[in-house]
Amino acid sequence: MTTSPPHATSAPPGGGLRAGHPAIEFAGVRKDYLSHGEAVPAVKSLDLAIGQGEFFSLLGPSGCGKTTTMRMIAGFEEPTAGKVFLDGRDVTGVVPNKRDVNMVFQSYALFPHLNVRENVAFGLERKKVAKAEINRRVGEMLDIVSLTGYEKRQPKEMSGGQQQRVALARALVNHPRALLLDEPLGALDLKLRQQMQIELKRIQREVGITFVYVTHDQGEALTMSDRIAVMNGGLIEQLGSPRDIYERPATRFVAGFIGTSNLIDGRVSWADQGLAVIDKGPGERVVVPVPAGVGVGRDIEVSVRPEKIDLHRTIPGNVTGSLLSGVVTEVVYHGTSTNYTVATTAGTDFVVFDQNAHDAEDVASRGERVFLTWAPQHSYPIGV
Amino acid sequence: MRGRFRLGGAQVMHAYTWLLIGWLVVPISVMILFGFNDPSGRYNQTWQGFTLKWYGEVFALEALTDALVMSLIIAVLTALIAGALGTGIGYALGRFRFRGSGGLNLLMFAAISSPELVMGSSLLSMFVSVGISPGPVTITIAHVMFSVSFVAIVVRARVMTLDRSLEEAAADLGASGWTTFWKVIFPILLPAIFSGVMLAFALSIDDFVITNFTGGTTQTFPMWIWGATRVGLPPQVNVMGTMIFVGGVLIAVISNIRAGRRRVAA
Repeated sequence: MTTSPPHATSAPPGGGLRAGHPAIEFAGVRKDYLSHGEAVPAVKSLDLAIGQGEFFSLLGPSGCGKTTTMRMIAGFEEPTAGKVFLDGRDVTGVVPNKRDVNMVFQSYALFPHLNVRENVAFGLERKKVAKAEINRRVGEMLDIVSLTGYEKRQPKEMSGGQQQRVALARALVNHPRALLLDEPLGALDLKLRQQMQIELKRIQREVGITFVYVTHDQGEALTMSDRIAVMNGGLIEQLGSPRDIYERPATRFVAGFIGTSNLIDGRVSWADQGLAVIDKGPGERVVVPVPAGVGVGRDIEVSVRPEKIDLHRTIPGNVTGSLLSGVVTEVVYHGTSTNYTVATTAGTDFVVFDQNAHDAEDVASRGERVFLTWAPQHSYPIGV
Repeated sequence: MRGRFRLGGAQVMHAYTWLLIGWLVVPISVMILFGFNDPSGRYNQTWQGFTLKWYGEVFALEALTDALVMSLIIAVLTALIAGALGTGIGYALGRFRFRGSGGLNLLMFAAISSPELVMGSSLLSMFVSVGISPGPVTITIAHVMFSVSFVAIVVRARVMTLDRSLEEAAADLGASGWTTFWKVIFPILLPAIFSGVMLAFALSIDDFVITNFTGGTTQTFPMWIWGATRVGLPPQVNVMGTMIFVGGVLIAVISNIRAGRRRVAA
């Protein structure tokens, strides 16, 4: 389920990185909050290693523990139990201003009384870096975030996207061991958000620093991350590459949270050579690859993505995979695709994305009887 | 129809605005005007002719000048002490919840709303029973006491609108608590602190009731005027009043221009 972290492609920044250690490590971490004298768990149990130079996302709905997890790296929260390591060093109990990580806040938190240059230089001045060196590094960083010439601007005179980049420069100029980003694109409109996603990815490649990215936006996480930890209820539900998580969701929660999934419950009626069949009425069936040991009579849950399903208006011959029939209950035209909702024997709101690559006239209409097919490898058993 | 109704509404708004401005400006204009009056008797109450001589002789009455200097010294001290204490209290109240913070909040408002006469007489009994003789020191202590709440409330209001992540950002960038306060929080609060300090200054310089109780024989500007009303106010009082007013307007104009320039600065 997990893949090993990819190695940093560029030379490590800052120097002095101890090789062999993960950039960030959680060991047996739990975090409770006190609410009316009662301990409420925010993070229940966390063991996690984030590799050097990795773009790592913590993804989940609000209240899942992702922000608490990030704040424990920065030192704004202390774990109730367990330890946090930065680059192999135990930093549990170390105050935020003594930790070698920097954060980009959701509100940007730019200092309103300082101009762009002074904002970016703030961290270096605290470290008593020489003036000439500060000027050089601030200039270099403003160049990386494409804000050269904006040195004298006040934050409030800049657009949201520009403020975002100032916040990024202010953090990165310190060459931290890791950069923490707390829903940094949340306040931007869609177009700017997509631009900044690409921009962030480019900057991360350029500086080679570990990025830990907190988001509830699955699209953002899939686009940018090397690895994603999907969190729910204070636990990691699944840890893996974007492809892993999308194609092979480990739990029902992940299948539902990442993209759209059709979930089918059923009992295995036939199994052979790693393939199982669930009968769904006369001529209808779901074919799913299963690990050895899943035999006839076992109840399983199968996930299939809407874009993997083919929709036919007449009964197709020679089907090797799954076949279901149903009645179209909704048709929504989306430009690049047409989305159907189909009531089938395996579920009343089966979602199908049909690419509009072929003849535009060939669309099924509401109330029409249709047939759904998909290849065996596009079925995925959950939690087996 | 709709257009004409709107026009009528605009005219009413205009009239209302000018009425309000007049209400504020007319008394001040009278004060300024009578600084240029040339009264024949002791009473500067009817217009008798234009003169600039009171501006030339503004400091001619030694007792009045001494009273004004006394008032200025007390007001400056009050503004500085109340400014420092009020900033601390306001920051603590706006930023933290602590044991007794609710009570302290209440106390701030109680100090503002309690009747001056009662407060003044209580302060006098307190000073007498403690054995401090009334004078400039007791006046300053009393002025700080009633003006510190105003500073604290103005500062607290600003602190409560501060983005909490500013402090976290400063800590994240390596600043200690001390550095964070002086490099980030204090500069952001400065306009609010300045407002509070000016308010304390204004409250102190024209306070009469509490000063009357706590000042003993000390003559401040308002006390001297009060004494002089029985024998007729000299026009110098109007001139000094005008100067204090112009000083206040200048401070307001300068801080407005500076704020504007900061906004335009690119």
